[in-house]
Amino acid sequence: MSKLLVSPSPHIHSKVSTRSLMLDVVIALIPAVICSVVFYGWQELLVLGVSVASCVLLEWAITKYMLKQPSTIGDWSAVITGILLALNVPYTTPWWVIFIGAVVAVGVAKMTFGGLGQNIWNPALVGRVFLLVSFPTYMTTWSQPQGLFGVDAVSGPTPLGAIQEGLLQGASVQDLTAAYNYKDLLFANLGGSAGEVCALALLAGFVYLCCRKVIKPWITLSILCTVALTSLIFWSVDPARFTDPAFNLLTGGLILGACFMATDYVTSPMSTWGGVVFGVGIGFLTMMIRYFGSYPEGVSFAILIMNSVVPLLNMWFKQKKFGRK
Amino acid sequence: MSKFKLITDGLVKNNPTFVLLLGMCPTLATTTSAINGLSMGLATLFVLVLSNMAISAIAPAVPDKVHIPVYIVVIATFVTLLQFLMQAYTPAMYETLGLFIPLIVVNCIVLGRAEAFANKHGVLESACDGLGVGLGFTCSLTVLGLVREILGSGSAFGYNFIGGHDGMLAFVMAPGAFLCLGYLMVLFNKYLKKN
Repeated sequence: MSKLLVSPSPHIHSKVSTRSLMLDVVIALIPAVICSVVFYGWQELLVLGVSVASCVLLEWAITKYMLKQPSTIGDWSAVITGILLALNVPYTTPWWVIFIGAVVAVGVAKMTFGGLGQNIWNPALVGRVFLLVSFPTYMTTWSQPQGLFGVDAVSGPTPLGAIQEGLLQGASVQDLTAAYNYKDLLFANLGGSAGEVCALALLAGFVYLCCRKVIKPWITLSILCTVALTSLIFWSVDPARFTDPAFNLLTGGLILGACFMATDYVTSPMSTWGGVVFGVGIGFLTMMIRYFGSYPEGVSFAILIMNSVVPLLNMWFKQKKFGRK
Repeated sequence: MSKFKLITDGLVKNNPTFVLLLGMCPTLATTTSAINGLSMGLATLFVLVLSNMAISAIAPAVPDKVHIPVYIVVIATFVTLLQFLMQAYTPAMYETLGLFIPLIVVNCIVLGRAEAFANKHGVLESACDGLGVGLGFTCSLTVLGLVREILGSGSAFGYNFIGGHDGMLAFVMAPGAFLCLGYLMVLFNKYLKKN
């Protein structure tokens, strides 16, 4: 009798859990993390440590002391938020600024809405945008990569920042982009926040996530295609005023945003077509902000704006139920 | 209802900002610092008390069909009065608050109290109600302004305490207004529920 187990269905469980998915994302971020530490040195390690530690600690403290619920840090989502936040700020950011970013990311954007699964906006991005608006001096003083054993930091603008500045002074885009070598952009040799520097490492993580079927590539691809297409149209109309597609694809936080932040489960649409529309929106808004906005970079704003329309996209692009016409 | 209860009700149970959620436009726009919030609150308090008294006095004589236009005219009169007074005695504050002074005319707290309270009660009671709600509004705006000023520019009532550093600029801007309002509302309602 004891051999006979009676239980309601389902009887077969898949091994996939929130925890295992999140762990895969952390693994996918490792190349980018290693890359950024190699390029930026120990200071970047400090930024990463502070960011991850404060995100995890805050989530633990909020669940324990304010919500009085079982802790949710075991699902690793706070770790991802921490890593993404760290990859989104310059490595020269002081620790207390990063801590404030973590408070906004975990405390305001995530736990206020009810924790993982309830948040409307990507927590790490909310943290980043808050810091960008609040501390423009710390957040826009970018430094050139100095290497793990480098001594002095040289501060300079990001490629996108430099272009915007140059355009305001009346220079043409061709002269300005001539200073950048696309190989450098791909392999990271430029000023920028940690996550902006090594496109290849980020793409490796993205390929890993797709192979493990953690994310589907549609959102990312539609973002990248839209950015390429939009900039191709503008660039072919007036190459002196607008930057070319390859430059736009490789600079700024586009690859980080498209691969890791737009594809966040909670804040992206559920259906494939919803995801495609979501991606097109992000790509288009990014290019509009880059070309016409007052900030040189628009990926984070674009993703946050499209995050807010996700409930609508979920309503318009419903998944067809099995057996229904 | 005792007069004292009317005043405390306006402060806590009928708090226009955190409970009734009225007058959100000046609340969000003028609370960039504690002083600004305080002045906006006091300006509204002034109009609220006087308009409540005037409306409760004339309410029985006003035909029902035109009561809203009549109330608006009464409120607008007091707002114009306030505008001239502020222009004369506090020109700097008048400049800072700018458009939001004339906008008190269409502030829903003022019209709301006229509709919900003043036209059914006596002059003295209406004055107490106006005073209570006005004080509630003033306190909420001052607290909101204070929190935003401390976080946003590192000062309180104009007294800077972080030296040469910058505050968190986001709190001086619109997103900070919504954020602070939301969290203060949570705290206020948590306190209300406890009692």
